[in-house]
Amino acid sequence: MCRLALKTATDPFSPYSILEAMEAMQEGFDGSGLGLLLRGIDFSDYNYSKKRPILSGIAHTEAALHRLNAFMEEKGFELKYDHEFETDLSEIEAREDRYRYLTRVYSLPGAWDGFDQEEVEKHLMLTRLALRRDGEDHGNDLTVFSFWPDVAMIKEVGWPLAVGKALGLDDDRIQARVVMAQGRQNTNWGINLYACHPFFIQGVATMTNGENTAFIPIKDWLTGMNYPGYIGYQSDSEVFAHILHYCLKQLKLPLEAYKHVITPLKTEELERHPQGDFLVGLRNATRRLIIDGPNCVIGSLPDETCLLVMDHKKLRPGTIGGKPGEWAMASEMCGVEAMIPDRDRSLDFQPMRENTVVVPPDRKEYKIWSQFDPFPFPLAA
Amino acid sequence: MVSIRSISVSPGSLIPADLPWIVQHREDRCTLCGRCTAVCPTQAIHLAYRRQRMPKLAIGGGLGNEYRTFMGIRQRTDVEHKCIGCGMCAMVCPNEAIAPEPNPNDNRLRFLSNQKGDAWKRGGRRNVRETNLDRLVFTRISMLTDPALDAGRHEFELNTILGRIVPPEEFLRRKANNEWIPPVREIFPFIIGSMSFGALSPNMWLGLLQGVAYCNEVLGIPVVMATGEGGCPPWVLKSPFLKYIILQIASGYFGWDEIIRAIPERQCDPCAIEIKYGQGAKPGDGGLLMWYKVSKLIARLRGVPEGVDLPSPPVHQTLYSIEESVMKMIQTLSMAWDFKVPVYPKISGSISAKAVLNNLVRNPYASALLIDGIDGGTGAAYNVSMDAMGHPIASNLRECYLDLVAQGKQNEVPLFAAGGVGKNGNVTQNGMALIMLGASGVHIGKYVMQAAAGCLGSEKNRCNVCNLGICPKGITSQNPKLYRRLDPDDVAQRVVDVFMAIRTEMKKIMAPLGRSQSLPIGMSDAVGIADADAAERLQIRYVC
Repeated sequence: MCRLALKTATDPFSPYSILEAMEAMQEGFDGSGLGLLLRGIDFSDYNYSKKRPILSGIAHTEAALHRLNAFMEEKGFELKYDHEFETDLSEIEAREDRYRYLTRVYSLPGAWDGFDQEEVEKHLMLTRLALRRDGEDHGNDLTVFSFWPDVAMIKEVGWPLAVGKALGLDDDRIQARVVMAQGRQNTNWGINLYACHPFFIQGVATMTNGENTAFIPIKDWLTGMNYPGYIGYQSDSEVFAHILHYCLKQLKLPLEAYKHVITPLKTEELERHPQGDFLVGLRNATRRLIIDGPNCVIGSLPDETCLLVMDHKKLRPGTIGGKPGEWAMASEMCGVEAMIPDRDRSLDFQPMRENTVVVPPDRKEYKIWSQFDPFPFPLAA
Repeated sequence: MVSIRSISVSPGSLIPADLPWIVQHREDRCTLCGRCTAVCPTQAIHLAYRRQRMPKLAIGGGLGNEYRTFMGIRQRTDVEHKCIGCGMCAMVCPNEAIAPEPNPNDNRLRFLSNQKGDAWKRGGRRNVRETNLDRLVFTRISMLTDPALDAGRHEFELNTILGRIVPPEEFLRRKANNEWIPPVREIFPFIIGSMSFGALSPNMWLGLLQGVAYCNEVLGIPVVMATGEGGCPPWVLKSPFLKYIILQIASGYFGWDEIIRAIPERQCDPCAIEIKYGQGAKPGDGGLLMWYKVSKLIARLRGVPEGVDLPSPPVHQTLYSIEESVMKMIQTLSMAWDFKVPVYPKISGSISAKAVLNNLVRNPYASALLIDGIDGGTGAAYNVSMDAMGHPIASNLRECYLDLVAQGKQNEVPLFAAGGVGKNGNVTQNGMALIMLGASGVHIGKYVMQAAAGCLGSEKNRCNVCNLGICPKGITSQNPKLYRRLDPDDVAQRVVDVFMAIRTEMKKIMAPLGRSQSLPIGMSDAVGIADADAAERLQIRYVC
């Protein structure tokens, strides 16, 4: 089973500290891998401008790297910074298949100058997908996890701490204000780097533990939308990221809608809800996106908002703890303890099935939002 | 001396061994009470006087023989009075002296059942025991890798949606502009399929409705039932129970005068309107209520004279093409109910089902599609229609569902499946398998008759005389002498038993699959079959 850890802090910190903290949850590891997402990034040797997209991935061969360079150049992207990992490949299980780990900052093409935000976001996604497809067309020699401003991702096979050490993450050259870490490859299925959490689409990222038993109907429905980014599904958990993306970016609903979509209230509960009529309609309309757990979903958004929700039966509980300015979410309380040992323990919380826990970008306190609360959406009034 | 009579044979002469059922009678146990001959619906047995010669060796002259006379039950062998195997004789016999036995020999009757040039008509089913539905197994046991759901203790969302769902973006747009949102109903996914008030006896109908009302109002299981063609008793139309009823309109439009007249006096809307374009048991045939069953009450409800055959036309008068028919009828009926009642068509399983479906996808008022497969039952049909016409439901449904998936429309037009669900008693397994293949729910007719009312019919051509109004259990008869055998309260009790058991079995299937939050519609990764060809056709896993 996957172990999940997310830490968000006002001051950037080393992702390696999260990997160390994850050792507390090692009963859940099988040494199969690590997935890492960094947000609010600070490079020690580069003054990073938050508007510039960062490409994260792995070039498995030199040829792939050349193709990548040629592709980016042709599209008009200019390489601004190429993070050199101090790698010790001897610690990497799949070392034969790793030519270069990529964390590269690009400037946007001049041709995009007239694009509005939505168009920029769309083209960033299409660029990532084109690179991914290029890798797939060439025997998977190029893997691209994300291409987005202020987000870096690493996925690798192996023991999380060993992977972090092998990539030199302990040298503090990269720090971040939000780190999402997950300690396993998807060994329920075949090992595939794309199948490792966290999952990412247009700034929206989630990671999950547990099995998504409603995967196939959800996948069928998302795929049927023919939206370019709704592809992959090497893991049953990827749909959680896509559903969140769909709610926020396509339906343009507030974050609170996510919980109403994935685990809607029962009819008799909605009959008593102040916006029951709207929520019944929403439940029907997005019925194919109802998840069935057992899952704990931890996510983060482009504005550094972090969230935690669970399945309706709470069969995979999640926990949150911390102090103003610094919060940790984890699948186990020992993970929270390891990430922020000096926290205010009275704030430790295990949300109930109707809760969405949200840490807003100011990080002063976390909010516990309940599905029984009035729904903050003008349409529902 | 006994004369040798000429041997009386004709092309149609039969002996008991030529019939599908042979009545076994034990004279040593028979008390000659006559109950069996009185109850036999086809008068297949009769009390006969027989004479037996008792040879005697007479020494010294005189008559050599003596005769004894005895009485016994004998089976008639003419086609009209053939034994149908219903077993009522055995049920009433106080001494276990009589029972029908299935005949394992050739069934010569089959060659002679078209007497007087009339092709064989019957009620019932297709008489094929095998069904692929029984072979579908649920192979995805999630409790091995994750915490298990507890069928006995956890909460399960078992209901389904009947009604058109607009896409989420469109839902939000319409909400913002205060526009019409199509009506939907949250119902139990096992629906009592359309059996008309003429096909069923008043007691059966009342029992079903009582059971359905109890399921809804006491148990919280939102079961609904469909009327079939032939309307609905006016007291039901004006009652609050109408919300549990799917009213069917079929090509004969029987009963719709009463329905339209009752609209102003109704207390609530019906659950839905079903437009019957076809029926799985007899595709290409309209409904058929044979004259035997057109009683005074039925004649009044249907607005016809008593005692005449009521064959509905094969198609609706409006059907020049399915496009315009669907458009006209669905819109007209939606409008009649103020756009507050889901209206959907029922078609027989067919390779052309997809054409109808694609039409519905583009019709904003179409609420669902019900596809009725070849194994569906009927009150009356030609044998050839029942046996040979139609399409098995599993692949037909699957094909339609995958078509919707390809268009991203699978949440918009719910598909309902029927035709052989529970034909061998495995009702929940059959229904859930179809749900996982893509159905939003299933209609069950024969199963309800068998389980709730003790219908004697079976897939071995037992009974199956629903067309003649001689139903020995009083389920499909309009003769008060017969239907008073059926106590509506008993039927209601059994309806409740059935749906409580289905509810439990659904949980027992869903819990190991890790599903409790929504009905596993289209969860095809959970289903497997030990038949590579069927697996390929249904796009599910082959298991062995």
